[in-house]
Amino acid sequence: MLRDDPLSRVLYVDLSRRSSRVENRPDLFEKALGGAGAAIQILEEECPEGTDPMAPENPIVLAVGPLVGLFPLASKTVAMFKSPHTGNLGESHAGGRSAVAIRMAGYGAVVIRGASASPVYLSIDESGASFRSASALWGLRSSYTAGDILRERESGAGHRAIMRIGRAGEKGVTYACVITETFRHFGRLGLGAVFGSKKLKGMVISGRRSLPVANRRSYREIYDAVFKAATDSPLMKKYHELGTTMNVRPLNRIGAFPSRNLLQAKFEQADAISGERMAEEYLGRRLACAHCPVACIHLAALRIPHPSEPYFYKTSMLGYDYEPIYALGSMIGGSDVPGMLLLMDEVEVQGMDAMSAGVILAWATEAFKQGLISTDETGGLALAWGDYPVYIEMVRRIVDQPNAFYRALGKGVDYAASVYGGEDFALAFGGNEMPGYHTGPAGYLTFLTGARHSHLDSAGYRVDQKGDAGNESMGPEAVAEALLTEERWRQVLSSLVVCFFARGVYTPDTVLQALRVAGFDMAGEDLNRLGTETLSRKYAFKTREGFDAANLRIPRRILETASPRGRLDEAFLRRAVACFMEKL
Amino acid sequence: MAKRLSVIDIDRCVGCQSCMFACARRLGKGGLEDACIGVRSEGGMRRGFVVIVCRACPDPPCARVCPEDALIPRDGGGVKLKPDLCIGCGNCVRACPFGAIFWNRTEEKPLICVYCGYCAPYCPYDVIALEEREVSHAQG
Repeated sequence: MLRDDPLSRVLYVDLSRRSSRVENRPDLFEKALGGAGAAIQILEEECPEGTDPMAPENPIVLAVGPLVGLFPLASKTVAMFKSPHTGNLGESHAGGRSAVAIRMAGYGAVVIRGASASPVYLSIDESGASFRSASALWGLRSSYTAGDILRERESGAGHRAIMRIGRAGEKGVTYACVITETFRHFGRLGLGAVFGSKKLKGMVISGRRSLPVANRRSYREIYDAVFKAATDSPLMKKYHELGTTMNVRPLNRIGAFPSRNLLQAKFEQADAISGERMAEEYLGRRLACAHCPVACIHLAALRIPHPSEPYFYKTSMLGYDYEPIYALGSMIGGSDVPGMLLLMDEVEVQGMDAMSAGVILAWATEAFKQGLISTDETGGLALAWGDYPVYIEMVRRIVDQPNAFYRALGKGVDYAASVYGGEDFALAFGGNEMPGYHTGPAGYLTFLTGARHSHLDSAGYRVDQKGDAGNESMGPEAVAEALLTEERWRQVLSSLVVCFFARGVYTPDTVLQALRVAGFDMAGEDLNRLGTETLSRKYAFKTREGFDAANLRIPRRILETASPRGRLDEAFLRRAVACFMEKL
Repeated sequence: MAKRLSVIDIDRCVGCQSCMFACARRLGKGGLEDACIGVRSEGGMRRGFVVIVCRACPDPPCARVCPEDALIPRDGGGVKLKPDLCIGCGNCVRACPFGAIFWNRTEEKPLICVYCGYCAPYCPYDVIALEEREVSHAQG
């Protein structure tokens, strides 16, 4: 690491004492680089065994890496905490301007401890953290408004990230998210609820410092190579044109697009919510994360008339992506695009994870149809596939929590099914609701074994889709090996905080060259060691907190609905999980 | 002929800030402190973006308020900074109605576009371009 690089500065904020200080921690960054590698070590230091995720002792760690502010697509912030949703390791990544802002403010990581007695937000810059009252913001109906107010009250336009929670986070919905730059999220696993438990409404982080490089000429040369690779690659072009929704049609075609709570894996209305149709009829703007030329963020422009007053219209810009379209579209049997966008908007207003919300609504709909719940529980709402006005009302009630049923829905589908039944079709893995890939065994193995139970951990859905060369002939051991190799490498990328979409650009050679510019002289085996160690540390944390691979619940539904790889076999999945754990 | 950087199609700006990083990299540095171009949202990401850069005014107000004549008007518009003469008073920053004069806090000097065009090729969507214009028609 270069001597005057501020990466090793860690800002420790204590919400209980309303104080902050900076500690220089080269020990964390020299070997682990930053991001996931540094964050898991900070979590080990800060999070005592058995910590209640909603207690002041649960730390929030936000970490970035050495390439941020130097190279394109190093644009993610890794958040680590103990998850109130799973009761175990919480790790969530977000882009927007968060990573660049933290780095430009002169920090490699921000650690938040304790809890405030009254609502606060933090204003962080090079001089540290300032505490601002958020009493007036607490309980605001919309997360958008909270963001608007922070934007107007704080300085640093163009050089800042504005993170905030909605009411879901304030009320402790265990899958509440933290929203940054309006359209990006620390989703999954409930960081928003942890913010809420600390009475932390938001954070504005700003800075615009310069960063040293080891060699100016090679900096420009390697930069140009990375930039060219990123802007020339066909995959990046697709992410720019249609965004992640480019996957709707192909996944539906092969029968991997979960619909109606995975009663089917092909959605007959998929075309109506495909990336192509969304772009033709609704695309209103595209956005990029800071220092990413790709601009995969897609906003729909939705013009809707006022319900009672003629000639009044509201035009909203609403973010959409593959996963929300799966979860709040096909998974709940919806193809009315304005209705779907309004539901996505309500989920955003309340500040909850879109995937978890959709899977929970899907379970509730099926449970209602089967008579496990009735209008007594729903408070008079009759649930039916694709009925958006009812779903929008349900999302509000999950946050308002008028009765025990909605309080249960606010704790996730595993919990709700444990109370009301319907475990066989409660689609969560390791406590986390499933993403939109019914591709085959490898996809589900990723949900089961990935350290975050996220499809991005080891991307098994890609292994499933590799066609004949894929896992047709792969036994459980070979699949486990492939996933483990991928997940280890992804620890390196998430320590560098390189966006996974750029994994084809950041090959090991390119990573080493870029690191050399940043003053890190490393070899390929150092990266491999970092990947292996980081994953081991995560698993050590998970095991300490009670994770047991042998007790993972596999909902029967995934075995009943055929995948593109045929009917899944539970014994195969169990064997592969066991292999994964052995090899770990 | 004089060159200036122009914002030719702001509607295509995605806010990636590649231009800002390029401007700093022109000097071989990482980060943003030395960037003479700025991209910010137009009141939130929903509304799109504003690119702020010196437009090379024919009669630059920044030069008029400099007490040390450190900003020399350039043929064809805009200014050239004589850093040795600059006392870091910041009058120029306040005089520019576009906010296109940035500030290097380490050196306490203004940062003004030098019309080199290094940033433009890094704009993936052709929002900005280096333009030539006739010195005698430098009113635009």
